[in-house]
Parts: sequence; C-alpha cells; structure tokens
Amino acid sequence: MSKAVLMQGNWACVEGALYAGMRFYSGYPITPSTEIAELSAQKLPLYGGKFIQMEDEISGIAAAIGASISGTKSMTATSGPGFSLKQENIGYAAMTEVPLVIVNVMRVGPSTGLPTASSQADIMQARFGSHGDYPIIAVSPNSVTETFTLTVRAFNLAEKYRTPVMFLTDETIGHAREPIVLPKPGELPIYDRVQPADGEEYMPFRVEPGEIVPRMPAYGRGFRYNMSGLFHTETGFPSNSPENAQAQIDRMFAKIYDNVDDIVTYEEFELDDAELVFVTYGSTSRSVIPAIKSLRKQGYKVGMFRAITLWPSPAKQIEALAERVKHIVVAEMNRGQYLQEVARLVKGKVPVTHIGRANSEILLPSEIEALAKEVLS
Amino acid sequence: MRSSQLVEKYFRTKNLPHIWCPGCSLGIATRSLVVAIDELGLDKNKTVIVSGIGCSSRAVGYLDFNTIHTTHGRALAFATGVKLANPELHVIVISGDGDASAIGGNHLIHAARRNIDLTLLIFNNNIYGMTGGQFSPTTPHAALGTTAPFGVVEQPFDLVKLAEGAGATYVARGTAFHVNPLVKYYKNAIEHKGFSMVETICICPTYYGRQNKSGTAVQMMHWLKDSFVLNTAYDKMPEEKRQGKHVYGEFVKKDLPEYVEEYVGIIERLKGEEDA
Amino acid sequence: MHKEIRLTGSGGQGVILMGIILAEAAVEKGLQAIQSQSYGPEARGGASKCEVILSDQPIDFPKVLEPNILVALTQDGANKYAHGLGEDCLAIFDESVEVPENLGTKNVFSYPIIETARITLGKSIVSNIVTLGVFCELTDIYTREELLSAILQRVPKGSEVLNERAFDEGIKLVRRA
Repeated sequence: MSKAVLMQGNWACVEGALYAGMRFYSGYPITPSTEIAELSAQKLPLYGGKFIQMEDEISGIAAAIGASISGTKSMTATSGPGFSLKQENIGYAAMTEVPLVIVNVMRVGPSTGLPTASSQADIMQARFGSHGDYPIIAVSPNSVTETFTLTVRAFNLAEKYRTPVMFLTDETIGHAREPIVLPKPGELPIYDRVQPADGEEYMPFRVEPGEIVPRMPAYGRGFRYNMSGLFHTETGFPSNSPENAQAQIDRMFAKIYDNVDDIVTYEEFELDDAELVFVTYGSTSRSVIPAIKSLRKQGYKVGMFRAITLWPSPAKQIEALAERVKHIVVAEMNRGQYLQEVARLVKGKVPVTHIGRANSEILLPSEIEALAKEVLS
Repeated sequence: MRSSQLVEKYFRTKNLPHIWCPGCSLGIATRSLVVAIDELGLDKNKTVIVSGIGCSSRAVGYLDFNTIHTTHGRALAFATGVKLANPELHVIVISGDGDASAIGGNHLIHAARRNIDLTLLIFNNNIYGMTGGQFSPTTPHAALGTTAPFGVVEQPFDLVKLAEGAGATYVARGTAFHVNPLVKYYKNAIEHKGFSMVETICICPTYYGRQNKSGTAVQMMHWLKDSFVLNTAYDKMPEEKRQGKHVYGEFVKKDLPEYVEEYVGIIERLKGEEDA
Repeated sequence: MHKEIRLTGSGGQGVILMGIILAEAAVEKGLQAIQSQSYGPEARGGASKCEVILSDQPIDFPKVLEPNILVALTQDGANKYAHGLGEDCLAIFDESVEVPENLGTKNVFSYPIIETARITLGKSIVSNIVTLGVFCELTDIYTREELLSAILQRVPKGSEVLNERAFDEGIKLVRRA
C-alpha cells in the first residue's frame, strides 16, 4: 500500500482534479479558495495543461466553459462573493450542457462577511443561484481524502451528465491538513464525455437511443455547431417556441432526476435502531459523529445521515427516514438552509429541529449532544 | 467569389433570413468577415466564432463555423478559454459597442493587455439596438437615446485609443461604407499574431437614426462616406478641413510576445527539464 | 494516544509550519493527524493560531477542544489563546511572554526561545525550529530523529545545518534548565 502523506484539503482538490483529467483551470484569487488556483498554476503545465488567472470571477468561469467546449476538462474555484459573481455563467453552462466543475470553498457571508472563516451558507445558492429553472449537481466532502475522491467523482458526473457540478467544500476542510493515501492511476474510474465518431451524422442536442445526454464533440473536430444560452432546438439554434422550451427544460431535468440513484451518494452512521437522526453534510458531520459516539455510550439511540450529494437531494432516503425515526435534527453551518429541503421531504411526519449558525464558530460536539438530550427528553 | 457562393459556402442558409432591420449595416460587416476568411483560406472546422449578446452577436447563428453565442459582455473571456485550451483554432470574437466596451469592457482591456491571439471585431452602431435604443459608451455626447432623452451627458469612448492604450498589438477602424479597406483590416487582424481589434463603424437607422434625426439608411451611409477619412490622408489635411471629420485606417501594428505561445513555451521548457 | 496541541504566535513566525511539521512527523510514524489554523487579514503580525491533533484512532472533530499542549511565542497569542487550560496541560512560553493569570495549569515552562534564535543562531526566523526542539524534549511523542527528519523535509534547501542546530539548541534549553 502507498504511504499516507499530509495534505491540505484545497491541494487534495487539485490532485483529485488532475487525476480526473483536468487540463484547464481559470479563475480569480479569493480566500479561502486561493490555494486551489496556486497549485493548479504550479501543476497544470507539468501535465501539458493550461492555467490562466483571469481579470475577474466572471471571466474565471467563462474561460473554463470555453475550454470545456474546446474539449478539455476544466475547473474553476471560488469562495463567497466570487460564487455570487459566477452565477450567470453557471446558468449558461447548465443551459448549454457544458461539463464543468465549480469549486466553492465556503466562507461566512453575506457580502465580504468573514473571509477567513468557515460556513455552509451557500447551499441554496448552489441550487438556485442563477436565474431561471435548471437542475444542478452539488457534492460536499467531509475530509481531505474525500475531497480527492469526490473531486474525481464531480468530474465524472459533469462529463456523464453534461452539467456544471458544484463542489461545495468549506474553509474547515479546505484548509485542514490530514493524511491521505493518494489513489494510483486506474484505481478510481474516470469518465469522459461521449463524442460522436468521425463522419457520424450529428445533431448537436439530440440524445441518441440508450444514451443520457447529447454527444459533445470538441470544437475543431469538424462538427461545426452552435452553442447558445437561448433556448435552442436539437440543432443548437435558437427557438422561441414554447413547446421547444418545455421539451428542452424537461429533458435537462430528466437527465438528472431520472438518474438520482446513480448520482446520489450518502453515508449512514449508527442508523439501525436510531430514534433521533442527525441529517448533516460536509465538515459539520465531523461535529456530529463524536456527539453520536458519546451519546451512544450513554445509551441514547442516535444516528447520522450524511448527504454527500446535496443536489439532487437524497430524497428517497430522507423520506424513508421520516417513516422510521422519531425525530430529525438538521445540523449545518447556517441558519437553516438544507433544513428547508429536509422539512419539505419529511412532510411533517416527524418533528424536524435545526442546529446551526454562521458566525465562524463551528458547531461543538457538546452542543449537539446537549440538543439531542433535550429533544429526546 | 460571388455573393451567392459566399452565402452557400459560409452561411447557415437554413437560419436565414436574419433578424436585422432593413438598412442595418451588420450584414455588411458580417459579409466582410466572410470575404476575409475566404481570402485567407481559413479552415471552417478550425475556426471558432464567439459572440456575446446584442444585435451584432446574433451573427454567429448565421455563420457556418464552430460558433458560441455566450453571455452579455463575456465573449472574449469564453474565447480566451477556447484558444488557450486548443491553440490550433482560429478564434474570432464578434461583439457590439455595448457588449465589448460597457458590460465587457474589463475583458477587452485585459485581453488586449495579455496580447492573446484573438481577433475582436466590434460592430459599433453607437447604440443598444437589441433593447431598443439606449445610449452606449460610444454614443456621442449630447446625442439622444431612450435613456438619454435630454442628450447623453457622458463623453464617448474612442475604442481605437482604448484598445491601443490597453496593449492591443493590432488596432484598426473601418466603416460599413468603406468595405474594401474593411476586408483588408479583417484579414490583417486575423493574420496578426497577438490581440487584434477592428472597430467597424456601423449604422442603426431604426434606433440611432430615428431618435437623432440622422435620416434614412442611405443618408446615414452617405454620412459615413463623407465624414470618415483615411488616417494617412487626415494627417495631411489642414486644420480647418478636419472639422467634423473622423478617421479610419490601421493605427497599431506591432510585434510583442503572444500569451498562448509564451505559455506553451513554459510547458515545453518544463518538459525539457523533466526529460533532462 | 490522543494529543491536542495549540500553537500561537504572530503571523510570519512560522507557527503554522511548526504545526505542519508536527503533523507530518506523526503521519510518518503511522499516527492519524489533523492540522488547522485560524488567522486574520495580516500576512505578518497579528495573533495566529495553529492546531494539531494527533491520535492512534481516526480523528472526528477537527479542532482542538481541550489542549494537552499549548505553545505561545508572543504576548498577543498568549492573551488570546492561553487561558482556561486543563490542569494537566503542558504550557510552553517564550521567556518574553508574561504568563496569563487565568492559565488554568501549573505545568508551565518558559525558555528564551526567540533570544536563542536571534543571538545564539543569528536568525530569528528559526524561532519555530528552536521551539520544536523544546517541544521534542518536553514531550515523549517523538524521538529527536523523527522530528528532525520531518523538519529537514520541510525547510529550504541549504538551510539544513542551521535548522538542525536550531532544533538542538531547543533541546539544550530544556536540558540546561
């Protein structure tokens, strides 16, 4: 077995991206995501890849979309205000179905907020931040090792479903250094977008039988087609027809929501006989797990459901929890964002409580333990 | 090549007719680009045309190349990614005055500063046409726009000076009337290694002309003919004859290190060090 | 084994590097480790805090709750982070730091760390490595060789001799006292 090395979360993200085949990075420096840009700048040319520091956050994502259209796996990373600035082009990537990984190392907002401190308060923005209706995939890691493996998965999902994928980490995990055993080449699966064969009769936005998304040839290969943020037909050219708009948006949603079983991943901890379940994600699970271990020692039947894929949410699993537990507590570093999704799924079948804040102080296991005791008493 | 052959070879004829108004000169500018591409013999498969949002940006839908109709103001930023990721592609950006110099002004100056091998064609009609006649950064002082009902209070950008000041290594201005030099500038711009910008003075009879009582499309074309003077001729004109005249021509042509070549040079140097 | 370590000083003193070295030396020994930091906008100056947790078990909560070892190289750092410690906590201070009254532990050691770096070694930049020498000698987590090897992997090429001397000067500070 390979040896463990100490690595920062943000570095593991870049290592994971390179492993997945990232060969283009564009972005703008912003705390606490900057190490991702720095390591990309250092490493990409060694892989024959390209790094460019753009003039702002907007061009940071725009260039990455352009590079992906050129046929190159691309990533951009940001935090806080930068995530707000990227929203319009996130919608463009969703509309044109361009594979792209957008890393958000979440910090405390609103506005400039607390730039060096951790939060999980961009969960709803990740889902609904750009205007209009569109589906999105968002994943969230809780360790340095998972930052690596989940970045690889984020690229795979982006390529497989032709969609921007949000990688929602935070300052806690992004800046933490932990031991990681780096996977060897070939150890993790790598997925590349399906391209048409040379000379194939090609319709840019038509899904071929048995496939999930339209094939996507790199620009320059000879399939001259048009990308547009306007609603477009299978030809790629704009159309004002309501029927066409409906069909396009339906297909965009279906490619994600018909495949939730493939997309959604989660972790269960001590759930078997649990009466109270914490629903949590990302770094906050690291506060919940020690609380559960302590509560279990004291005889309390508590467990954890950790969403690794946040969007689409693990709806089936959370609905099933609502049928078998007595109480759900959503733990997150904000004032109640994922709570809204969980409450929507639980439909009042069991009480749903929330514990969270976004003032830079991460939730303590003792606070979580105290809340569980209060709820169960 | 005859017009019908040009259309057949370079236009997506299924998407015609275009959406532009009668008398609009965006068609002239678009045709001039196609003539330039034809004369240079660019491979359609290796040519990417990127646009933003606005009347001019609709051109990409009609052109049979690899085309990207992006978000408002960001065409250069998308194009930067396309070019850097695949340097063998010819990347041409079509943008309007609002797209390139208002919402996208930051990308314009930085693409120029970087001297990345992109060709930016700004079809400047001095107005926001797509949204119905609001003033743009190039609308002349005191001219009327729907958002300047008492005349524009601001001073306009000189796009040639802006691009030159920001570091563009090829800068020219042509007009929709002076088509032969325009085609030449487009060709020179595309052939130039580095960031090239050609401003094309266009007319918008519908929204600029009507508000500002500029007359019919034909009268506006006459105005282009009468008021634009080649820069080399202008330089020789006595001061009194320069009144009311504008200049077109090539203004900057210089060689400086190009971004993509520089970057690829780093990759090769690192590879050499690794092999050594 | 589960040790929670809090290191504080001023930005630019190398406090974070100190934490990274402690964590890397632990990983090298096959232990679990997590290192984190909190910092303000200053690249230099300001109170910086670095935390390391070492364990022979997986580490869940990533931050220090109750330090077993505290190091403070500056008064600012001590004032901000050195209080309410458990009575078994080992507290290490630079001699220039006035030990806070509400420290909570009597297990306190003060050494002229910064002075040793500046005068004996002629480079105040190695204060953090002198501190690691003190740390190594006062605790039984690492052998001299284990920690030194982690130091030498992290310091700039060409500065190995200076840093090894700095490390040993730290060890001497404890032995002499």
